[in-house]
Amino acid sequence: MHDMTAPQGGHALNRKELAADERREKRQILGLSLPAAAIILVLLVIPVGWLFALSFVSNGEIGLANYTRMIEYSAYLSIFSTTILISLFVTLLCIVLGYPVAYLLGQMPPRLATIGLAFVIIPFWTSILVRTYAWLVILQRQGIVNDALIGIGLIDEPLRLAHNLTGTVIGMTHVMLPFLVLPLYATVRNIDGDLMRAANNMGASPARAFRDVFLPLSMPGLIAGSLLVFILCLGFYVTPQILGGGRVIMVSMKIQQNVQTYFDWGAGSALGVVLLLIVFAIFYLVHRLAGLDRIFAR
Amino acid sequence: MACSITIRDVRKTYGQFVALDSVALDIAPGEFLTLLGPSGSGKTTLLMILAGFIRPEAGSITVDSDEILRKPPHLRNIGMVFQNYALFPHMSVGENVGYPLKLRKVGAAERYERAREALKLVQLDHLMDRRINQLSGGQRQRVALARAIVFEPQILLMDEPLSALDKKLREQMQIELKHLHDRLGMTTVYVTHDQREALTMSDRVAVMNHGHILQVAPPREIYERPCDRFVADFVGESNFLPVEMRGDAATFGGAPLQLAEGQSAGSGNKALLVRPEKLDILGATPAPEHNPIDGTVEELVYQGETMLIYVTLTSGETIALRRGTRQQALSEMPRVGEPIRLGLHRDDTVLIDEAAHA
Ligand SMILES: Nc1ncnc2c1ncn2[C@@H]1O[C@H](COP(=O)(O)OP(=O)(O)O)[C@@H](O)[C@H]1O
Ligand SMILES: [Mg+2]
Repeated sequence: MHDMTAPQGGHALNRKELAADERREKRQILGLSLPAAAIILVLLVIPVGWLFALSFVSNGEIGLANYTRMIEYSAYLSIFSTTILISLFVTLLCIVLGYPVAYLLGQMPPRLATIGLAFVIIPFWTSILVRTYAWLVILQRQGIVNDALIGIGLIDEPLRLAHNLTGTVIGMTHVMLPFLVLPLYATVRNIDGDLMRAANNMGASPARAFRDVFLPLSMPGLIAGSLLVFILCLGFYVTPQILGGGRVIMVSMKIQQNVQTYFDWGAGSALGVVLLLIVFAIFYLVHRLAGLDRIFAR
Repeated sequence: MACSITIRDVRKTYGQFVALDSVALDIAPGEFLTLLGPSGSGKTTLLMILAGFIRPEAGSITVDSDEILRKPPHLRNIGMVFQNYALFPHMSVGENVGYPLKLRKVGAAERYERAREALKLVQLDHLMDRRINQLSGGQRQRVALARAIVFEPQILLMDEPLSALDKKLREQMQIELKHLHDRLGMTTVYVTHDQREALTMSDRVAVMNHGHILQVAPPREIYERPCDRFVADFVGESNFLPVEMRGDAATFGGAPLQLAEGQSAGSGNKALLVRPEKLDILGATPAPEHNPIDGTVEELVYQGETMLIYVTLTSGETIALRRGTRQQALSEMPRVGEPIRLGLHRDDTVLIDEAAHA
């Protein structure tokens, strides 16, 4: 409780006393957030800092060898470009598939939307490993898809759907879709239906109203979701490893190889650091273009 | 330039629930018509049907004898102010107001000019570059209005456009809207649940309840000659006193009532409608033009501009009357517990049907 004697004494609280109160409140807030800050420090800052330090160690020597190697060998460049291209493509697919889903969910009455949303979220409850192997079963040479297509006589030879880029992209898109739909849905749900009606009323056809009103207002959710998907894709390991069948090498696999096969923590760390820098660069770019504060504040 | 609107047999149900029950209404070109009714009476539904966002089960709506029910909303060319304004948060004030013109392929320069003109009408032309979230409620209301009239629609719809504003601003905007309507002359359908607002602004008021239109009439008629008990009760304050029919005459407390011109006792179950401000306090002097009502003063409530006086009648009912609060009137105020004789001038003596019309 506040000091009750001062007002009773009849003198107005002066600036000094009020400022003291404010400082005390700030100290309390700081004190409350201390445990969380400690957890972040222990779990995030220290390990990342440790990796960062390791990346400058190569064969027991301190230096930039781990980084210069990435420039000297063109294999690294192709791994990075493959990773970025696949991530971009998967993000694009997620947008194409996820936007209509989020849009429909947003138009549904709340109770139906909740059921629809459950279908989007349920895959989250199954492990990525299980889902990826399920895709392998579906896509392989004698999988359901090929059997069905041959069965109806559409193709003679089984399509190569797994153990390559196609399988990787299909599997990754499936895993990533909820990460796009959920933030997008949250944004779309909050777009006031009267805005679209107002546009219609002023003479905009449904398509025009979508372009001029709905799409721009859904942008924050779309950007947030796309960013999430893209960044998760950059570091994705399990699905490309299994469905790529060794033909698709992404940065995460190279890191795994460095650490597990060659016990070269330095090289692995350096790859991780570069990946992190790419993520930062993308955040910065999006921030300059669209304003991250606007996207994540909603 | 203004259009007439003819609404015939419009019916809308939600499952078992009848939101509009064969509504019919004729609106004259340039008229300011208000739909007045309690919440849930179907006002918004009717307005949304006019704008094309709700499809009725049956009926016909013609604008200058053109059937519009089959036209999609964006081809109807009807301006609308939404209850929550529905301004586009990602556009500036000027872009919002210019949007209908953009859709009509008006060039940027002319668009800007006309948006400014429309904003000038609502005295906001200095805020063209503002974002919507930087505006106060009253300013948003005006922007929404400017946007609804900028493309010069022949019909303007407004759904409780002032309900979010505080009382002072609301009353000011009522007058401004009325003036704007007088100036631009488009046929206007206005929705409110505020009876005073309806009386203030309208050429005619349509009182709605449970999906029916009960009475359509100019404000004065709605207030002075309500068609039934619901309308009388919803519009203004009222006391209802039971009357008895003795032959041709209506009697209250045993005495025959002198009725206003055009009123007849007729048949059916009737009640005497007594508005609190229409009651006089009669002294000892005879008042041959008044119908006397006797009772005892029960309670006095001072409300600023008027004093509310509750009187328990000898027949048992309690009724309210209002007196102005000029000092002289205050000094002559009756006291609680005193007997009092009230008088209702015969021109103010109005009977209404007890049963609802619809
Ligand atoms: N989509 C809907 N589904 C079911 N009932 C509805 C729907 N829209 C409106 N209603 C009902 O129709 C009635 C009339 O609604 P409305 O026209 O909005 O009334 P008002 O605008 O006069 O308050 C209300 O009782 C409301 O509950
Ligand atoms: Mg309404």
